[in-house]
Amino acid sequence: MQSAAVATESEQENPLIEGLERLPVRPTALVIFGATGDLAHRKLLPALYNLAHEGSLPERFEMIGVARRGQEDEDFQDMVRESIVRFSRRRPDQKVLDGLLSEMRYVPGVFDDDQVYGELGRALREFDERAGQPLNRVFYLSTAPQFFPVIASKLGAAELSQCEKAETRIVIEKPFGYDLASARRLNDEVLDVFEESQVFRIDHYLGKETVQNLMALRFANALFEPVWNRNFIDHVQITAAEDIGIGGRAGYYEGAGALRDLVQNHMMQLLALLTMEPPSSFDADRVRDEKLKVLESIVPPSPGDVAAMAVRAQYGPGVVGGKKVGGYLEEDGVDPHSRTETYAALRLSVSNWRWAGVPVFLRTGKQLARKVTEIVVTLKPVPHLAFKNIGSVGVQPNQIILTVQPDEGVSVSLGAKIPGATMRIRPVNMEFRYGTSFLSESPEAYERLILDAMRGDATLFTRGDEIIALWGIIDPILQAWHADTSSPVPQYPAGSAGPAEADRLLGSDRRWRRL
Amino acid sequence: MSEDVWSEQDTNPDAIEAALRGMLRERHAANQGLAPARVLNLIVIVDRSWKGEVANRLERVGRYHASRTILCAVEDRRETLDAVAVMTYDERAGIGVIRESVEIDMGPEHLGALATIVDPIVIAEIPTIVWSPHGHDEAVEALRGLIDVMLVDSDDAPDPAAALARAQEELGSAYVVDLAWLRTTPWRERLAASFDTPRRRAMLASLDGFRVRHHANSAASALLMAGWMSSRLHWDIRPLQAATGSELCGRAYTESPRYIDIGLEPFEQEVPGLAGVTVAWRAGCTLSLDRADGGLCAREYSPDRGEQTWLVLGASRGEGGILGEGVRQAHLRDPTYGPALRAAREFCPNAD
Repeated sequence: MQSAAVATESEQENPLIEGLERLPVRPTALVIFGATGDLAHRKLLPALYNLAHEGSLPERFEMIGVARRGQEDEDFQDMVRESIVRFSRRRPDQKVLDGLLSEMRYVPGVFDDDQVYGELGRALREFDERAGQPLNRVFYLSTAPQFFPVIASKLGAAELSQCEKAETRIVIEKPFGYDLASARRLNDEVLDVFEESQVFRIDHYLGKETVQNLMALRFANALFEPVWNRNFIDHVQITAAEDIGIGGRAGYYEGAGALRDLVQNHMMQLLALLTMEPPSSFDADRVRDEKLKVLESIVPPSPGDVAAMAVRAQYGPGVVGGKKVGGYLEEDGVDPHSRTETYAALRLSVSNWRWAGVPVFLRTGKQLARKVTEIVVTLKPVPHLAFKNIGSVGVQPNQIILTVQPDEGVSVSLGAKIPGATMRIRPVNMEFRYGTSFLSESPEAYERLILDAMRGDATLFTRGDEIIALWGIIDPILQAWHADTSSPVPQYPAGSAGPAEADRLLGSDRRWRRL
Repeated sequence: MSEDVWSEQDTNPDAIEAALRGMLRERHAANQGLAPARVLNLIVIVDRSWKGEVANRLERVGRYHASRTILCAVEDRRETLDAVAVMTYDERAGIGVIRESVEIDMGPEHLGALATIVDPIVIAEIPTIVWSPHGHDEAVEALRGLIDVMLVDSDDAPDPAAALARAQEELGSAYVVDLAWLRTTPWRERLAASFDTPRRRAMLASLDGFRVRHHANSAASALLMAGWMSSRLHWDIRPLQAATGSELCGRAYTESPRYIDIGLEPFEQEVPGLAGVTVAWRAGCTLSLDRADGGLCAREYSPDRGEQTWLVLGASRGEGGILGEGVRQAHLRDPTYGPALRAAREFCPNAD
């Protein structure tokens, strides 16, 4: 799908572009910092291969990997080949793979070493000379977050943050900040060197087709928008449940927790897309303006309110998929007295004309009963019921369920008559599944995002003010939880639907949708 | 993949449709995780002796299978309908998709009323695409009211001018997906990219040469490629003339008295489609794109920088991929095909 957001100056002026599904990407040199890391290995390098396979990379494309490991270009190329063969969504075409790898370069060194940037600069100039034109530059920061400001500052000092007659962009992986203060600081540090229009903050959820489909569902269908407000909607639930534990990520997770790991970014983005006003166009800034407006309508809780609107918990021992598993505190690398939450549930309110009085519930957790990411919009009950509910489960409020993963689709629950002589009603589902309705396979989120970053389309990236607004909502909860060092952290059995404490957020007349 | 199969000799459309419904009901009862694909119907009309080959081609379309494929195999002197319906699904997946295919052996006498045979079997409310690679115009005509999209391959016909004229005629009643046009897609994308930088884009106004190298049987693709370039850049077209061998050459003009030398040159290669393109602009600059291992070999020449070559990465889609792309395109609308087709026809020698 070609979004209207890409209707840039070049599209209007290049007469050869009209009708093409794949828009051109200007000649680009991509520099991946942290190129030997896990994200690069599993996601970025396979995504690059798939772009190459489909002919989506720019006609002049160069890549440099930067990481601490001392190795030669050839060793790096072997490593990249292995990553692609192992993790690409399609079996690599040997000739395309050879072509992609043949010119790949590697610059070893630590990220605060000036020499690294000197060598990078030389390589980039060499590419420009070889191409006979300055290539656009994309610096992809796939490193530990403490290196983000270091790399940005060093790029600035080495005069690599700007390039005459070509665009320079910086892509920054999550997490963007650790709390509100650190996010502000990081924003300032990055924006000291780069203009906002050069900065692409990744939230890979936004690259998922189903997340983008949220906008299509809302704004391309007259069916939904008329009921998308407080007059018809009772409440919204957004769930991101995982059926696995923290794996070998204790080092990261102990410092992050569920709220930072999923709520502050992915789930809040889903909330913003679900509740924002229709943008005047799908231009990057118009969409992000609307997201910002709705995020600013969510009043951050005061310290005294946190206990009433947020629940945290840790998984204890339990049974997952028929196998006994240990609790979070027994995981390797986890402090036995850790208070890090593996489950978080929130009740938020969007204080604007459209959403006033409609609670939005968010929950996420590890080691839950099922892996699912979904949004459930529950409508208010019909005002008058002419039927009796005898002999059936009766009329239930309609629900619109948007499943992000694993089976992407939309379903609408409706009341229907059970066949027979009496008027008995039960809910039935009307289902739309991507797999049954589209021929194409969804590309990996990273393929879309890398391409958009190279093209300079920021629609699916988080703007600086948006990041601050996101942290502004979550930070008071983090602070309150951090300050509370005495009350016990609730536990839930691994393999369950989460802690009973989360039920109180919903009140007496609502319940969490079954996982 | 698993299959459910039904077959009947001397059957009728109602029986076929009932069999499909029955199989679907049974399969869904056995596994509620399976849902029928509802994307598009594909009706294929073939000579029975080529049924196997066409079926193989359809197998190779990769993930772009139609939801329900109805293969009408025409056999001389046949008076009855024999049908086989197959439901294919993958039970290992959590939620799986069921695809249906029906092969109907029929006689030439059935073609004039083919709509009465096929209409009960197509899935209502989803687009229907028709592909008739062996002619059977009568059958296509009979299906006219059912068709949303016509799949053609202008490279298949011996006379490219006639094939393009036919595509133009079809365009009046249905959306046309022309495989000859789809063979030019990567080349169009790459030329658009090559002239996307502001520096290069300025050169579009001063092009003075455009050459297309093509498989001997893909002259229609070459004409469409030249037609696309001309229609996008608003060239004033004159019919091309036969030069040495099967090469066609001639000129197109711009508003100024400037002209562009056009050449369409057959090239020996195994696969159908284009082999290369060369664009020339003022002061002797050229850019060529040619098939190479792992993508296209780009070769740029300018008097001040000499020649430079590099590889533009991309895997070949193969003919299976082209057909699959044709099926996928049934849901899209390319606004540039019509103008390119008109321009391609104007390029044909002896065009009016």
